[in-house]
Amino acid sequence: MEQSRSILNRRSFLKSSLLAGGGLMISFAWFPGPGLADPSKVSDLPEQWSELNGYIKITPENIIKILNPNPEFGQNVMTSLPMIIAEELEADWQTVVVEMGPHDSVKLGPQFTGGSNSVRMYWKPLREAGAAARHMLIEAAAQTWSVPVEEVTTKAGMLYHGKTGKSGTYGSFASKASGIPIPQNVTLKNVKDFKVVRTSQKNVESLKIVSGKPLFGLDYKHEGMLIAMIQHPPAFGMKLKSFDAAEALKMPGIIDVFSQQLYEDGYEQAGFDTRTFNELLVVVGNTTWEVMNARKKLKVTWEPIVDSKETIAGRGGKKEVVIPGGLESTSTQLEKMQEYAKKPAQQLRRDGDPETAFKNAAQVIERTYNAPFLAHNCMEPMNFFAYVTDEKALVVGPLQAPGWTEPTLSKILQLPADKIEIQMTRMGGGFGRRAYAHYLIEAALISKKVKSPVKLIYTREDDMTYGIYRPMYTATYRAALDVNKNLIAFHVKGGGIPEHAIHANRFPAGAIDNYLAEGWEIPSNITIGAFRAPRSNFNAAAEQSFLDELAEVMGKDPIDFRLELLKRAKEKPVGKNNEYDADRYAGVLNLVKEKSGWNNAENKKYSRGVAAYFCHNSYAAHVVDIIMQNGRPYVERVFSAIDCGIVVNPDAATNMVEGAVVDGIGNSFYGKLSHKDGAAEQNNFNRYRMIRHSEVPKKIEVHFIQNDIDPTGLGEPPFPPVFGAVANALYRSTNKRYYNQPYFDEFLRQAGKPENKRSF
Amino acid sequence: MIKLNINNKNYELDIDPDTPLLWVLRDIIGLVGTKYGCGVAQCGACVVHLNGEAVRSCVTKISRAAGQNVITIEGLSENNDHPLQKAWVELDVVQCGYCQAGQIMSAAVLLRENKNPTDKDIELAMEGNICRCGTYLRIKKAIHLAAEMQRNGS
Repeated sequence: MEQSRSILNRRSFLKSSLLAGGGLMISFAWFPGPGLADPSKVSDLPEQWSELNGYIKITPENIIKILNPNPEFGQNVMTSLPMIIAEELEADWQTVVVEMGPHDSVKLGPQFTGGSNSVRMYWKPLREAGAAARHMLIEAAAQTWSVPVEEVTTKAGMLYHGKTGKSGTYGSFASKASGIPIPQNVTLKNVKDFKVVRTSQKNVESLKIVSGKPLFGLDYKHEGMLIAMIQHPPAFGMKLKSFDAAEALKMPGIIDVFSQQLYEDGYEQAGFDTRTFNELLVVVGNTTWEVMNARKKLKVTWEPIVDSKETIAGRGGKKEVVIPGGLESTSTQLEKMQEYAKKPAQQLRRDGDPETAFKNAAQVIERTYNAPFLAHNCMEPMNFFAYVTDEKALVVGPLQAPGWTEPTLSKILQLPADKIEIQMTRMGGGFGRRAYAHYLIEAALISKKVKSPVKLIYTREDDMTYGIYRPMYTATYRAALDVNKNLIAFHVKGGGIPEHAIHANRFPAGAIDNYLAEGWEIPSNITIGAFRAPRSNFNAAAEQSFLDELAEVMGKDPIDFRLELLKRAKEKPVGKNNEYDADRYAGVLNLVKEKSGWNNAENKKYSRGVAAYFCHNSYAAHVVDIIMQNGRPYVERVFSAIDCGIVVNPDAATNMVEGAVVDGIGNSFYGKLSHKDGAAEQNNFNRYRMIRHSEVPKKIEVHFIQNDIDPTGLGEPPFPPVFGAVANALYRSTNKRYYNQPYFDEFLRQAGKPENKRSF
Repeated sequence: MIKLNINNKNYELDIDPDTPLLWVLRDIIGLVGTKYGCGVAQCGACVVHLNGEAVRSCVTKISRAAGQNVITIEGLSENNDHPLQKAWVELDVVQCGYCQAGQIMSAAVLLRENKNPTDKDIELAMEGNICRCGTYLRIKKAIHLAAEMQRNGS
């Protein structure tokens, strides 16, 4: 510690903290720290780990290792989840070693990264695991010292008995403690006594990341490992007819070329078994470059698919899904959506008598919002390693939902679950995409076929054109006002390809007497899946833009208007099953109003937009400030207010919100995956525009509501309302409403400028 | 035979001269800190230094690197103590982390050439590096911090 401190002198650290601006002061220690310990030292550790429970191992030397159960894709669970254990265990966080756990749902729980669930679902189990282990250590010490259990205290990995002055490390009692039964009921700490949770702790893998250590799936190596790629059809709605591999096989380093079916005919898909193409044309060789080159030499004939039915057992039960044939184009999809929007739809919620209210209205406002497919574009393209033999399978790579993948793999390989070992690497992004593990199953089948360890790699083009996109959405909102401009009815009718986005029981449901929500869907062969805050990421754009426009028509401040509706929802809620807590919703609006200086004269120079949204049990509100520069709008500043209950790791949580804000600005301005004759029109970053350094706000100020509510989600909730706040700020900047995403395309159209073709 | 020097170590490789440096580093040498992101010089995840200049290794043929010095993220500093690496840890920049090696390698050339870059300088130098998680703001702060450390000789 002493030596390392000298690397950065105290003075420069203080200055740098100021420079960091608004961030929390973090004690600086170079090298040491949780998980930052020299990995070689850790691997030299004696094989004397005493396992107290699935999450906690301790050596006699008092090295405490905590296994992170949940896959890490940038949400920082490698740090935040072990912090929760360390808190209740009373371990010294600075000396804890953190490791990624293997897939083991018995010892390590549900192991699912998605739905902003990691901290929420592990909060109680991990606190209990930490508290139980601490209790076992206390019991071991009490027995050894022959003193009453309740007289033994703990602090920073040490046990003490005050009366006799005895003390010992956790490590010295770990072996004995591991033989004590895990207690069923343990007392958890009082929230106000937290020492680790609610303090900012550094990412335990930072040093490995900035020094280029192999952490990701694509970095994984295995003795004798081959590389595989799949040649997918050039368009949705196509499949493999025949191929000639003669030339490809002559290329250097090529081992095999073959076609293989992913799921057998009639295979009943689980909810996350989504795959786009079932006939796989596979090239296997020694190195990535050789396989890439050989793949170009394939001579392939593709043919159109015909309508088919698939049985999918999702969360809502088993259902038959029609996969239509045909080559879809964005232009025809938009026409079809307009046509469907006029047809009767499925009623999702109805309060009061909306039809009569609309008939009697003095004024009806109707607006339609559209958004395109979005590609996840994880920086690390899809890939997986597999080594499958007749007896067992080892699969290693980036994966959000090992527990959902394992039953599928077990079925497909006809191997029992205990013969399948799944290891999760750090993911180069996920955003929902890696919950759909078709690429893992593909890798396993390829390994089985070539009887070798294989890593399957998707190129960027493979990744971007494969699908599992955010669906294409539309929604028409209508509001009825009486002669006094009171809101008397509200109607939303949403549709999508192939799913609509409507959350019928969310705000403003519950706040309006006459309310109607409807949904409709158009089947498609373009595959879709969860994308950061599914459905919400569209609703918060459309609904929050509409409420903004409505407030303007009613002559109200957009924040005050929302607060009035929330007051109504709290005091006299309409209907049943309102999903949100009106107080917490209002809380983030009030906080963002205060922190952004919403009514301050000095902020008049910005075009300001506000939006708020509730999803994944959390509440988020943003004020976005736009300026015009070089003839185009830029988001200059963002103020964010979040209520996600207790914040485990404040600086990391702030980072997450900053990222969600940037992601929201990027996708709302530029995100678009369009199709022509079934083929994705964007297949790499030269055509799919991503937000870049110069387009990021100068300042993102993040504020959390301080309360003691058990943590709720954070990865997704800040993302959706960015879209709405951006749209509303754009309106104030350009005096035109933004109904179609991506907004930058809309800006260029409205300004009569050429189409956005620039990647950067 | 292609001779080259990577992170101050000499290599002789019998390899197709058209092979991109990226795949030589990752598949042949085993240095996987340099990342594959797009393969078409659009994302910056694969940035390395060729004779001190930032190049995109995904489009740099190995023949172009022959007889020259390549530095990758693994060779940026001896003890992972380059000011940028320290600043990245200090400000907890990373989220998923996949793009960060490329970001740091781009920033390292900027800092060598410009001891006190402005926000605008940073944006210009870093525009070719995509971060899908959106850590751009922290990257910018970390570059400022690293510049400060560098000026202070720490």
